[in-house]
Amino acid sequence: MLEYINKIKEISTKLLEEKKVDMIVGFRKGSLPMMNEPCFAKNTEDIQSFVWDSNCGINLANYLTNRKEKIGIVAKGCDSRNIVTHIIENKINRDQLTIIGVPCKGMIDRKMISDMFDSEITEVTENNGKITVKGNGFDKTLEKTEVLQENCAICIHRNPVIYDELVAKEVEEQKDVDRYEDVRNIEAMSPEDKWKTFDDLLKTCIRCYACRNACPLCYCPTCFVDEAKPQWVGKSQDPTDTRTFHFLRAFHCAGRCTDCGACVRACPMGINVRAFTKKLEKDCFELFNWEAGLSIEERPPLDTFKPGDPDEFIK
Amino acid sequence: MKVIKIDKTKWAEGLNKLRSDYQLIGPVKKDKYHDFQMLGKDQLPDVELLNTRMSPKSVVFPQSEVMLEYSLDETKEDHHIIKEVEKDASPRAVFGIRPCDAKALMLVKLNFDTSDYKDPYWIKAFEASTFIGMACDDPASTCFCTSTGCGPYNEEGLDVLMIDVGDHYLAKGITEKGEKLLKTAGWEDTSDDASLIESKKGEAEAKITSKVATENLKDKAILDLYEAPFWEDTAFSCLNCGTCTYVCPTCWCFDIQDETHGKKGIRMRNWDSCMFPLFTLHTTGHNPRETQIHRVRQRFMHKLKYFTDKYEKGIMCVGCGRCVRLCPVNIDIRTVCDKMNNYAASS
Ligand code: SF4
Ligand code: SF4
Ligand code: SF4
Ligand code: SF4
Repeated sequence: MLEYINKIKEISTKLLEEKKVDMIVGFRKGSLPMMNEPCFAKNTEDIQSFVWDSNCGINLANYLTNRKEKIGIVAKGCDSRNIVTHIIENKINRDQLTIIGVPCKGMIDRKMISDMFDSEITEVTENNGKITVKGNGFDKTLEKTEVLQENCAICIHRNPVIYDELVAKEVEEQKDVDRYEDVRNIEAMSPEDKWKTFDDLLKTCIRCYACRNACPLCYCPTCFVDEAKPQWVGKSQDPTDTRTFHFLRAFHCAGRCTDCGACVRACPMGINVRAFTKKLEKDCFELFNWEAGLSIEERPPLDTFKPGDPDEFIK
Repeated sequence: MKVIKIDKTKWAEGLNKLRSDYQLIGPVKKDKYHDFQMLGKDQLPDVELLNTRMSPKSVVFPQSEVMLEYSLDETKEDHHIIKEVEKDASPRAVFGIRPCDAKALMLVKLNFDTSDYKDPYWIKAFEASTFIGMACDDPASTCFCTSTGCGPYNEEGLDVLMIDVGDHYLAKGITEKGEKLLKTAGWEDTSDDASLIESKKGEAEAKITSKVATENLKDKAILDLYEAPFWEDTAFSCLNCGTCTYVCPTCWCFDIQDETHGKKGIRMRNWDSCMFPLFTLHTTGHNPRETQIHRVRQRFMHKLKYFTDKYEKGIMCVGCGRCVRLCPVNIDIRTVCDKMNNYAASS
């Protein structure tokens, strides 16, 4: 990871010095263990605060939406796929961007690690695939592969799919990954059990919309839940309204979600919002052989029509 | 006021005695995290837990609260008449509230209970409540209450302060309400451990190493701070979600909504957040806080400057650390506060 950050700084410095970009979007070290903060650098001095480690799970493509500047952006596999989606959906132009690609071995799951210990974690360091966690009365070393964010553990596009610079050699992609076991488990349930599963999942949701706002796909000028004329969804804690928000959001992400996990990472209540988006992701894969954000040449299946599109669902 | 000693073996018994006179509320585990909830029969509050994910402000200010109701059914005599909803104002005892959250109630009170405006819903709920606090001997690294005019043994907003002393609790009655509760519970062994409380307090305060500096904020002109150069950098990563304001014990903003289902309707209020673009959207379509920078700056300026100037009660933050821990992108109020304070001193 250390060589990554040196390279990121080197490339970023060069881009700014040569005035190829107006700003670089990356991460700086956060004030808590396992937290980094997305930030920008407009001069070479700011670049010194850049970091790269296993706590860069926020999807930086989210910070590109409708920007006018020329931007250098640090992008791991999933960010690069959302950059592709942003380009396809005209949220940013390809020629505004210099993409600094980072081959990724996954981000660690801060919530999972915090839940493993009874008292507060005060320091987390990483070295060679090992994560050392320290706190009051404990000091434990974990295998990074055991504490990855769930989406990273099943990720099959760790290398950026689009980039102008690459900070290191590509990493090996994970093979023979079963990406949809959790979706199949829900699919196999009775309608009542599915309903109960979703209800349980959402029962602590406070509708803070951190999941939606962390998502690079959720850039609508006015989200349907915020619409007032007409108002589609109630704003209280009524479970029907909360469900409506989550179900509709998931449908809006169909064929666009890259399973970057930013939504889950953002949720203050630890809700696995991916349980919804992944079903749609699986359907797109099975029905259209489609994985979002792999190429800027191809239109997503839900904004095109092909005579061969599956239509068995029309009775 | 006198200090009572409660043997932990007598704890549940006392609580049970209270159940006929009070509804008990306290921290219990809800799904993954603890939250303040109405306790079921035999359920005990987890008073030794450091703090809940959501603050206890919902005990007096629920996230969604029905205020009025009406009927559109013209066959009914009282159709189209807006009526107050019956509220339960019976006594409630709130256990395990931490000093920061109790102090926050006093800050929120400045808004809901003024000489000009009295919010009947908040005041009723507040007056019905007896707050039994728990002193903090083992604060988190994100607790910074000692520099917000509060502290791990602070008594403001509390009716009783409890201190954990291993096999027993010490309970200090602070108000009459609190004394009454202790009596009803039948905890009567007096203790002369007042000096122990003082020494434990000192130890606890010394454990809080996280601090914010606020002394220069008051004298700096509003517009100077407003136009400070760091807002773009501070605001950049913000998602404009509702996390920081919803988890905050001192944030008090709400939005009023009418909902009609068939012929029945309600008027309710729901928490709102200055971080949402909709918060300030005018019916004309104009939005005075149009960008993310406007909104982030508003949150910090309100908490650290406007509030400070208006009420002269310090900052609108008690240092509970919730927003620090839960912000998805690690925007840390301690950092922002220090930036503002340093800027106020330097320019
Ligand atoms: S989802 Fe894949 S590309 Fe994204 S952070 Fe995880 S491993 Fe890297
Ligand atoms: S981030 Fe979590 S709590 Fe907030 S709206 Fe999304 S699911 Fe609900
Ligand atoms: S500061 Fe953090 S918690 Fe608050 S709105 Fe911004 S992203 Fe959400
Ligand atoms: S601003 Fe943050 S630290 Fe301060 S009281 Fe609110 S949630 Fe707690």
